[in-house]
Amino acid sequence: MTIQFGHIPKHILYVNGVTVSFDGFKALNNLSFTVAPGELRAIIGPNGAGKTTMMDVITGKVKPTTGEVFFRDTIDLSQHDEAEIANLGIGRKFQKPTVIESLTIFENLELALEGNRGVFRSLFHKLDGDQRKRIDEIVELVGLAEKRQWLAGALSHGQKQWLEIGMLLIQGPDLLLVDEPAAGMTDHETSLTAKLLREISGERSVVVVEHDMEFIKALDCPVTVLHEGRVLAEGTLEKVQNNEEVIEVYLGR
Amino acid sequence: MNDTTLINTTMNHAKVLENSRLGWLLNDVAGKRLLTVVLAAIVIIPLLNLLVPPDSFFHVSTYTVGLLGKYLCYALLALAVDLIWGYCGILSLGHGAFFALGGYAMGMYMMRQIGDRGVYGNPLLPDFMVFLNWPELPWYWYGFDNFAFAMLMVLLAPAILAFVFGWLTFRSRVTGVYLSIITQAMTYALMLAFFQNDMGFGGNNGLTDFKDILGFSLQSDNTKVALFVLSGLAVILGYLLCRFVVASKLGRVLVSIRDAESRTRFVGYRVEHYKLFVFVLSAMLAGIAGALYVPQVGIINPGEFSPINSIEIIIWVAVGGRGFLYGAVIGAILVNYGKTFFTGAFPEVWLFMLGALFVVSTLFFPQGVVGIVQQLKQKRAERTAFRTVAQQSGASTESTPANDSKILQEPAP
Repeated sequence: MTIQFGHIPKHILYVNGVTVSFDGFKALNNLSFTVAPGELRAIIGPNGAGKTTMMDVITGKVKPTTGEVFFRDTIDLSQHDEAEIANLGIGRKFQKPTVIESLTIFENLELALEGNRGVFRSLFHKLDGDQRKRIDEIVELVGLAEKRQWLAGALSHGQKQWLEIGMLLIQGPDLLLVDEPAAGMTDHETSLTAKLLREISGERSVVVVEHDMEFIKALDCPVTVLHEGRVLAEGTLEKVQNNEEVIEVYLGR
Repeated sequence: MNDTTLINTTMNHAKVLENSRLGWLLNDVAGKRLLTVVLAAIVIIPLLNLLVPPDSFFHVSTYTVGLLGKYLCYALLALAVDLIWGYCGILSLGHGAFFALGGYAMGMYMMRQIGDRGVYGNPLLPDFMVFLNWPELPWYWYGFDNFAFAMLMVLLAPAILAFVFGWLTFRSRVTGVYLSIITQAMTYALMLAFFQNDMGFGGNNGLTDFKDILGFSLQSDNTKVALFVLSGLAVILGYLLCRFVVASKLGRVLVSIRDAESRTRFVGYRVEHYKLFVFVLSAMLAGIAGALYVPQVGIINPGEFSPINSIEIIIWVAVGGRGFLYGAVIGAILVNYGKTFFTGAFPEVWLFMLGALFVVSTLFFPQGVVGIVQQLKQKRAERTAFRTVAQQSGASTESTPANDSKILQEPAP
């Protein structure tokens, strides 16, 4: 249900001066950054830097105390709730893989497939040939083709992450938010995941929050460093790694 | 969960997906068996009651028919609870309220049918209203002399309560144990309200002394057998409806809500709408169960709203097998048969047994009787599979994820 605007927006995501405070504690403090269409962007930062809160603000789980968040230049995300935002075309991948364990991989993807989300439509829903083909494509893309009739609960940690990425892709989003995809993965899985994310950006924007420097290096994309709820540095990995402030935050104290 | 279950379960799923229009029913092997048994029961038992002479060994007494009819009503109620609890994770500890509302709607119809045959002989007012010196029929009793209207209320009264209650709670995202406590409070509040004489539903005594239904005497064997058959049909239709719902995509959304509510929301489903739909549907089924129950037991009083009744329903479903529709039916019949037997034989220990049953089934048999049967079957299948594998050892069929991917073709470093 991605809304067609007929033109390519300047920014897929435009975050300006966002502050979120919980009982006086500022989880985000005047945070500003933008993401361009088709861009792959990594966001790093120490624990408590506000990475998850930032995701919460974009996906409508948390409303900003002040500041503005726009999607595709014109859509004010603070005016919508989670389901609406998901249907606008923003997919979110949680840190802990959350797939529906008692459904098969095929069914997981069927649920996520873009289409009408209404109660009565679901009751009488039947998959047509194109939709099946779409599911088959995605299941191939994330490397789970042979397991499509397995229950998702039987997948390994890494495979669940891929299935979840597949579920996001099949919603046809313009922006994917991916929270620590490499956590708990083997080195091999990590490098495959980086490859998958590089592959799927371009057609859509992908924002990855991550700790793992090896993984960021494999992503080979612009990096934004968050610290105490604001942007500390932005640029290539090499550039931010040589930034004095970043070194101090990560290594100092 | 191991691979054998996986394969079994997934093959079922696959078939449901592949199959044509009736796949939702045809692939439900256990369900079909259950429906056959119920169907056979509502054909054979009436014959054994009406045609076989009372002194024959094969005669089924009218008492037994009534008892079985009651169990069938409970089975429908258990189906309703399993639909929301087993498939959507909504643990309602107040579902007895919807059952009771359906029962009261039916009771009101039968009260109006008594007419001037009551103790006080008032053609319009039920006895308890005459006793309380009420001058006229309260407005909310209007229309209940009409069977069709009363049946509409059997559906609408529970549906409206469920809609309002569900609208308020699901929208505020009340879930889990908090929701359970509120449902319990709801039924308790209704119980206290219905105890009041001023409510106009017969207070403490409730509604009773029914004479007939649609002109058929409630005392006659034929009527009792007919009510039993109707209860059986209601269970069959209720089962088919629930099965259609859970086998549809909507059913998979419900399971998704049960297992990962916020994921479902982020995929773009309006969780509260789905919950509301299934909650209202479940309440209506419970109402129908109540409406069939009341003419068979001959009374409805506020005791039916008592929280313990609602908890008992949960026990039936847990014992039978939560998340299996046929498990709910089996559980309801099994536990209630146990109740009939033990309250007769050892009345003082029944409640302890009921409690123990719940604890044991939750701790050791989370999937109830149905789960135990499945486990046994699976063990047998595993032994067979093990033998087969031992014969053709060496060949591994499992492929690594990297191998079946198009993009992810890089060899392991």
